Amino acid sequence: MINATLKELAALLAGKKISSVELTQQFLSRIATHNPDLNAFITVDEEASLKQARAADEMIARGEAQPLTGIPLAQKDIFCAQGWRTTCGSQMLHDFIAPYDAHVIEQFKHAGAINLGKTNMDEFAMGSSNETSYYGKVKNPWDRQAVPGGSSGGSAAAVAARLAPAASGTDTGGSIRQPAALCGITGLKPTYGVVSRYGMIAFASSLDQGGPMAKSAEDCALLLNVMAGFDARDSTSLEREKEDYTRGLDQPLAGLKIGLPKEFFAAGLSADVAQAVEAAIAEYRKLGAETVEISLPNSHLAIPVYYVLAPAEASSNLSRFDGVRYGYRAPEYGDLLDMYSKTRAQGFGAEVKRRIMIGTYVLSAGYYDAYYLKAQKLRRLIAQDFTEAFKQCDLIMGPTAPTTAFNLGEKSDDPVSMYLSDIYTIAVNLAGLPGMSVPCGFGADGRPVGLHLVGNYFSEARMLNAAHQYQQATDWHSRKPRLPGEE
Amino acid sequence: MQWEVVIGLETHAQLNTVSKIFSGASTAYGAAPNTQASAVDLALPGVLPVMNKAALEKAVKFGLAVGAEISRRSVFARKNYFYPDLPKGYQISQLDLPIVVGGSLSVQVGDTEKTVRLTRAHLEEDAGKSLHEDFHGMTGIDLNRAGTPLLEIVTEPDMRSAQEAVAYAKALHSLVRWIGICDGNMQEGSFRCDANVSVRPKGVEKLGTRCEIKNLNSFKFLEKAIEYEVRRQIEILEDGGRIVQETRLYDSDRDETRSMRSKEEANDYRYFPDPDLLPMAVSGAYIEQVRATLPELPPAKRERFQREYALPGYDAGVLTASRELAAYFEDVAQTLGGEAKLAANWIMGDLSASLNKDGKEIAASPISSRQLAGLLKRIQDGTLSGKIAKEVFAAMWAGEGDADRIIETRGLKQVSDSGAIEKIVDEIIAANPAQTAEYRSGKDKLFGFFVGQAMKASKGQANPQQLNDILKKKLQA
Repeated sequence: MINATLKELAALLAGKKISSVELTQQFLSRIATHNPDLNAFITVDEEASLKQARAADEMIARGEAQPLTGIPLAQKDIFCAQGWRTTCGSQMLHDFIAPYDAHVIEQFKHAGAINLGKTNMDEFAMGSSNETSYYGKVKNPWDRQAVPGGSSGGSAAAVAARLAPAASGTDTGGSIRQPAALCGITGLKPTYGVVSRYGMIAFASSLDQGGPMAKSAEDCALLLNVMAGFDARDSTSLEREKEDYTRGLDQPLAGLKIGLPKEFFAAGLSADVAQAVEAAIAEYRKLGAETVEISLPNSHLAIPVYYVLAPAEASSNLSRFDGVRYGYRAPEYGDLLDMYSKTRAQGFGAEVKRRIMIGTYVLSAGYYDAYYLKAQKLRRLIAQDFTEAFKQCDLIMGPTAPTTAFNLGEKSDDPVSMYLSDIYTIAVNLAGLPGMSVPCGFGADGRPVGLHLVGNYFSEARMLNAAHQYQQATDWHSRKPRLPGEE
Repeated sequence: MQWEVVIGLETHAQLNTVSKIFSGASTAYGAAPNTQASAVDLALPGVLPVMNKAALEKAVKFGLAVGAEISRRSVFARKNYFYPDLPKGYQISQLDLPIVVGGSLSVQVGDTEKTVRLTRAHLEEDAGKSLHEDFHGMTGIDLNRAGTPLLEIVTEPDMRSAQEAVAYAKALHSLVRWIGICDGNMQEGSFRCDANVSVRPKGVEKLGTRCEIKNLNSFKFLEKAIEYEVRRQIEILEDGGRIVQETRLYDSDRDETRSMRSKEEANDYRYFPDPDLLPMAVSGAYIEQVRATLPELPPAKRERFQREYALPGYDAGVLTASRELAAYFEDVAQTLGGEAKLAANWIMGDLSASLNKDGKEIAASPISSRQLAGLLKRIQDGTLSGKIAKEVFAAMWAGEGDADRIIETRGLKQVSDSGAIEKIVDEIIAANPAQTAEYRSGKDKLFGFFVGQAMKASKGQANPQQLNDILKKKLQA
C-alpha cells in the first residue's frame, strides 16, 4: 500500500478495498513512527486530516470521486492552509495559523485530497540542505548522515520514506528538483506562471513556482493536473486553457532530440553522478532518442545573477515580517526602531538575514545599477541561451545536482559551496522554464542521483512523457530506502 | 535684494474607485478601524496584489484631460521603508515609467492666465493610519485606508508665488472633480498637496535649494505655509545663511513650518520593479475608449459659453468653475431661450451669494435650475419687476415652492394694466400739488420722488417702465 502509485491508490479507493480514513491513518501512523527521527514534518494534525478523509469517503460513496479524492498528500509548509499552522520553516511564523487557503491547497481540497501535514523546509525556502529550518534539520531517508536537499527537503524525505504518497514543493532556484534528486524521487518545477503563487509565502516572486514531488512522473502529472491553472488572484498566473498532463505519457520517444549542454558535464561534476547521468542518457538513446551537444554559454552567470536578484526580491518580500500585525515579536524592546530590530534579529535565522542584507545592499542607492540592473540584463542573456538551445533540441538533460547528498553540517558554514549545489537548476528559474528531476541511479556512497530534464516553455507534458517512458524502462524510481525497523 | 520664489507642487488625489487599488476591499471613508482591510491590505503571508482596472482608467482620464502622454507601458515599483501603518514594508508606486507623462494646466491668476506644466502623474497605494491618542502610550493602527488608490500629480517648478500655487491647486481640484476621478474632499484627505519651495535672486537662473512642505490639506494652509516658508528662506539667505534641503511640516496652529527630516536622514527607498505585478500595457484603442468618456473640459466649455450664449469672458470663467455650476447655468439658459445674460447675472449674483452665505454647494442648492428658470421667465414676460423678483427668490430659497405659486399666493403680480397705473399716478399728482408745481417749473430731480410714491402706492407691483412713461406724460401735461 505505501508503495502504491496515485493511480493504484485511486483504484483501491474506488473499489472500496480501502477507505480514505484507513489510508490516511496508515500514513499518519508511519509519520508517528518515523518522523521523530527524519523530522520531515513540522505540523501534523490527525484530527484535521481524518475529518477531510471522512468527507472524501463520502464523496467516493456518492460517486463523485476525482483522480486524487481520498489520497493524503503532504504540503510544504510554505503554503497557507486555513486553520493550519503555517511556519515557512521560521520562528517568525511559529504561531501563525493561516486564515485562508493558498490556491494550491484550495485546488487539492476541491479535488478531495487530504492534507496529511505540513512538511519541513529551509527557512523561507532559503537553503539547499534543509538545515536552515527553525524546526531542525531533516534527515535523508537513504542515509541519515546526509542532507535531504532543500528547500523542499521535508517533502522529498517524506515521499522517499513513504510517509506520504506524494507532496507539494516549491522551487525558486532548484528547491523541488535538488531535494528530489538527493532523495531519489521525481519532482517537477512548472513553467513560471502555470501554478498560482497565491498563498505561497513569497521568497523571490519572479522565480518562485510551486510543483509536484512524487514517486513517479505519472504521479507528478496527476498532481500537476490539479495544481496548475489560471488564478486571477496572482497577476503572474497565466491565462491558458487547462491541460491534461497525463495525455502524452505513453508516447514513444523515437525522434526525441535531447540537448546535452557541454557546460553541465564539465569541472565540478562528481564522477559517480556523471556516470549515472550518462547511463540514463544511453537508456534514452535505446528508447529512440537522439542526442546533440549544445551550449549554454552564459550558464556560469546563473549563480551570481541569482544571488543578486533573489535576495533583492526577498529583502522586500520579507519586510512584512515586522512584529506589528502577526508572527513573532521580540518580548522586550524600547522604541519602534528597537522593536523592529530585535524582532527581526531574533525571529529570522542566519541565512535569511544574510540574504536580506545582500538584497538590501544590491538595491541601495548607488549600487542598484551595478548589481540589480546588471543582473536583470544578464538574466535575459541566460534566457536567450535556452531559446537558442531549443532550436536544436526538444529537451535538455544533465545532472540535477553536481554531487549526491552531502553530509549534514558539511556545508552549513560555507554558504558559497552550498549555493553551488544548485548550479544546474538555477538558470531554469531565471529563464522561467519547466524542469524536472528523475531518479537515475546511485552514487559511490549509495545515495541517489537525479537526472535533470529541462523543457521549453509549457512543455511539461512532453517532459513528463520523456520521464515516464524512462521510468517504464528502468526501476530507479521504485527503489526505496530502508528505514529502521523495516525490511 | 529682489528675490524670486519658485514653487512646484505634488498633489495626492484619492481616486474615487469602489474598491482598493490592489484588493477588493471597500474604500468607503469612516468605517470602524480595520473593518475594510482584507488579507491583501493586512499583508498576510502569501497574498498578492491585483491591479484594479478602474484606477487605471481614472489615471488615463486625467492624463487625457491635461493633454499629457499616456504611457503605453508603465511599471509599478516598490518603495521600501518600515512603518507600522505600511503593512508590507513597502508601498507600491511608480517610479521610472509612470502612467501619465507631461501635460499642463492653465490657471487664472487675477487677470492673467498662466500655464503650469506637469511633470508626471503616477498611480500608487495609500498607507494606513497610525492613531496616537486613546492608546495609553501605545499606537493604534487602522488599515482601512491602506491600499486606497492615489494619483500623485507632480508639476514643474513653474509657480512664482503662493497665490499662483493656490490658483493651480484650485484649478486642479476643480479638474479632478470635473472629470469625476476624485471627490476632492480635503477634510477627509482625498486631495492633499506637498509644496516644494525655493527662492533665488531675481534674474538668476539656477534654482535655489528647496524645502518640501508636506501634507497641506487646505488651500488656506497651502498659501500660509508657502508664505511662511518664503519669508524664512529669504531671512536665512539675507543673514548670509544657507538653506538645508529638507522635508518640513506646516503647523497651522502656530502658522510656521518646522523641520521633519533632512536629506541625509531621508530613507533610501530601494525602489525596484514589483515582481508581483506585470507592467501595465495600455493600447491605443483603450485610450480612445477612455477619451470618449471624458466630459467637455473647462477651457472648451468656457469658449463655448462665450460663443453660444454671448457671455463676457469673465462670466464664462465663473460659470465653468465647476461642472455642476456650468450644468446649472446651461439648464437655466436653455429653459429661458435667449437672454442667457439674465441667467448668468442671477446665478453669479443672488444665487451665488445665497449659496455662500449658507455654505452650500451648487449641487445642494435649495432652488433648482428649473425653479430659477421659472422665476426668470416671469421677469422676462413682465410679470415681475426686478425688485419683486428678489422677494420671490428669497421665498423660493426658503422653500415656498415655485415662482408662480409664490406670485399667486403672495399676490405679487406686476401691475401692467395702464388704467390702474394711470389711476395711481393721478392720485399721487393730486396729493402732491407743491411738488408737481416745482417739477413743472424745471426741478427734474423730483421725478424720482413721484416714482417712489407711485411704486409705494402700487405695493411695488407697478410695471416700472409703464409707470415711468405714464408719470412723465401726466407730469408734463
